[in-house]
Amino acid sequence: MASVELRSVEKSFGSVEVLHDINLSLEKGEFIVFVGPSGCGKSTLLRLIAGLEDITGGELFIDGTCVNSVLPAKRGISMVFQSYALYPHMNVYDNMAFGLEQARLSKHEIDRRVREAAGMLQIEQYLDRKPKQLSGGQRQRVAIGRAITRQPKVFLFDEPLSNLDAALRVDTRIEIARLHKRLTGTTMVYVTHDQVEAMTLADRIVVLNAGRIEQVGTPLELYEQPASRFVAGFIGSPRMNFIEGAEPAAAGVHALGVRPEHLDVSRTEGRWKGTVALVEKLGSDTFIHVTTDTSGMINARAVGNHGFQAGDTVFVTPREGSIHRFNEDGKPVGGPVGGPVAEEGSE
Amino acid sequence: MASNAGISTLSRQRIVSAWLFLTPMLLVLASVAAYPLIRTIYFGFTDASIDLIAEAQWVGFRNYLEYLDYGDGEGEYFGLLVDADWWRAVWNTLRFTIISVFFETLFGLVIALVLNREFRGRSLVRAAVLIPWAIPTIVSAKMWAWMMHDQFGILNDILLRLHIIAEPVAWTASPDTAMLAVLIVDIWKTTPFMALLILAGLQMVPGDIYEAARLDGVGPVRLFRRVTWPLIMPAVLVAIVFRALDALRVFDIIYVLTPNNERTRTMSVFARENLFDFDKFAYGSAASTLLFLIIALLTISFIWATRMNVEADER
Repeated sequence: MASVELRSVEKSFGSVEVLHDINLSLEKGEFIVFVGPSGCGKSTLLRLIAGLEDITGGELFIDGTCVNSVLPAKRGISMVFQSYALYPHMNVYDNMAFGLEQARLSKHEIDRRVREAAGMLQIEQYLDRKPKQLSGGQRQRVAIGRAITRQPKVFLFDEPLSNLDAALRVDTRIEIARLHKRLTGTTMVYVTHDQVEAMTLADRIVVLNAGRIEQVGTPLELYEQPASRFVAGFIGSPRMNFIEGAEPAAAGVHALGVRPEHLDVSRTEGRWKGTVALVEKLGSDTFIHVTTDTSGMINARAVGNHGFQAGDTVFVTPREGSIHRFNEDGKPVGGPVGGPVAEEGSE
Repeated sequence: MASNAGISTLSRQRIVSAWLFLTPMLLVLASVAAYPLIRTIYFGFTDASIDLIAEAQWVGFRNYLEYLDYGDGEGEYFGLLVDADWWRAVWNTLRFTIISVFFETLFGLVIALVLNREFRGRSLVRAAVLIPWAIPTIVSAKMWAWMMHDQFGILNDILLRLHIIAEPVAWTASPDTAMLAVLIVDIWKTTPFMALLILAGLQMVPGDIYEAARLDGVGPVRLFRRVTWPLIMPAVLVAIVFRALDALRVFDIIYVLTPNNERTRTMSVFARENLFDFDKFAYGSAASTLLFLIIALLTISFIWATRMNVEADER
């Protein structure tokens, strides 16, 4: 039995339809990430599952029960908000205990659960502090702790890391992954616009675009066999290069796609000739932006540091089996051409 | 070298320009606030009368308290501090303040909670609620005086038709209903002000904690008691201070609605009567001084008491 199941779910705000015909089945204990650009409806979808928004059409099941008209508090879910949503006038302990008091649990049980969650997140020493006396990362832990104490069947995260600085974001990401391992059997649904978070955390990723599901799959499936040009461009960093015009037309398709990490750059020979426009040196990697004579701008990744400089004439060559082909509708045509990647993906 | 005096040239320049900017305001305040206040306090210690202000003589505390020895072993105390009329005015003012501010806060809170919800036509309702506050007090007091008129007023007419009263009530003239009439008008007029201040406080409460509370399944009463109220209390306390300051000085509404009625005579009305109607300028000045002291004392103690609460809550 699926932990969360959406059948033909639709959502409109007034006359604006923001989610169209969403069908999705989440397994118990799975870590699912909703990813997509802003305005794609991913947060709305999460809020539908939470019960903070009404469902306009279709049905939502949690543990086999239709919960369309079940109150948020009775759905067996917990949610961690982007802004933490802590009660500013209550200390950390009360923030975590408040919802449990409402659930009529005994004082002893509440205390046990709060201390267990606090121990899990290493916030025991802050229990009598107010939220404003905590750093952003500590507040986020409290928010997660509050969600844990409810012992939910489904854990919902709404962009929980977007208010944290870069270093803290990585730490907290790892912590959330660890938490998922620890809370076995708890389904986690996580919303983000950051594809790195999606790739690193997810068992399966749901890519949303303009209120529709573009693709559902494991991170590597999305990377290797994108179901559309949108997914191909959205997953992977830096993003995939797309080449349009005469060259793909000659091959009978609308666009060619090749990832920067699948390109080799040479000074002497290769497929696309061009001029280096910009070199970004990251230390471990170097990104070389090349203005090609025939195929527009192409970004290539080279490992380590290279001597390329702006103005150099270079040749860029895709590796075997790394070229994705897309038709007019953005759908992939066949698998990537040739090579080891293609053998997996071709028909 | 520049810092050998302890203050650098730069901060000396800042101090000089700060004083330059402050001086005009200080001069204005001194001439329109400090000078009249000091003059009034001074006249309270003289025998000034309205037409002989220039010849006022210093008489010490006589306006406040004086023992008049009759020479036969008996005597009597005179002065503001033993004046029953004055103390009745003080009591009237306090009663008016406590009752009006209480109901204005209560109704203001309810209206603010309603206005804080999303509903169709909310901005229209918000504007409509403010109308009583926008009407000048003299106008609204006159308006109500007419509605409360014992013979032609609409209030008596409605109540008679509904058989709630058997005969017309002289709302503003009768000693039993005068204070009630004043309270009704003041509460009607000032509730929007409280509603607006409390609404501002409500809008400072972040919306996401209400969503968190929905997930926690917190019911409306408990949500208000445990979440909303603690968060808006500072704003409500400030609103109460503002409103109480106004109510303690109340004058215009009473002067228009129930003139010369000892059941509604407040400190301000008492002071004005003595200053200008009874030709007891010095006595009126003494009353004004006492009025100033009482308001200052009450306000300071209220702020002190509530700040203690606020800080205890902040921990």
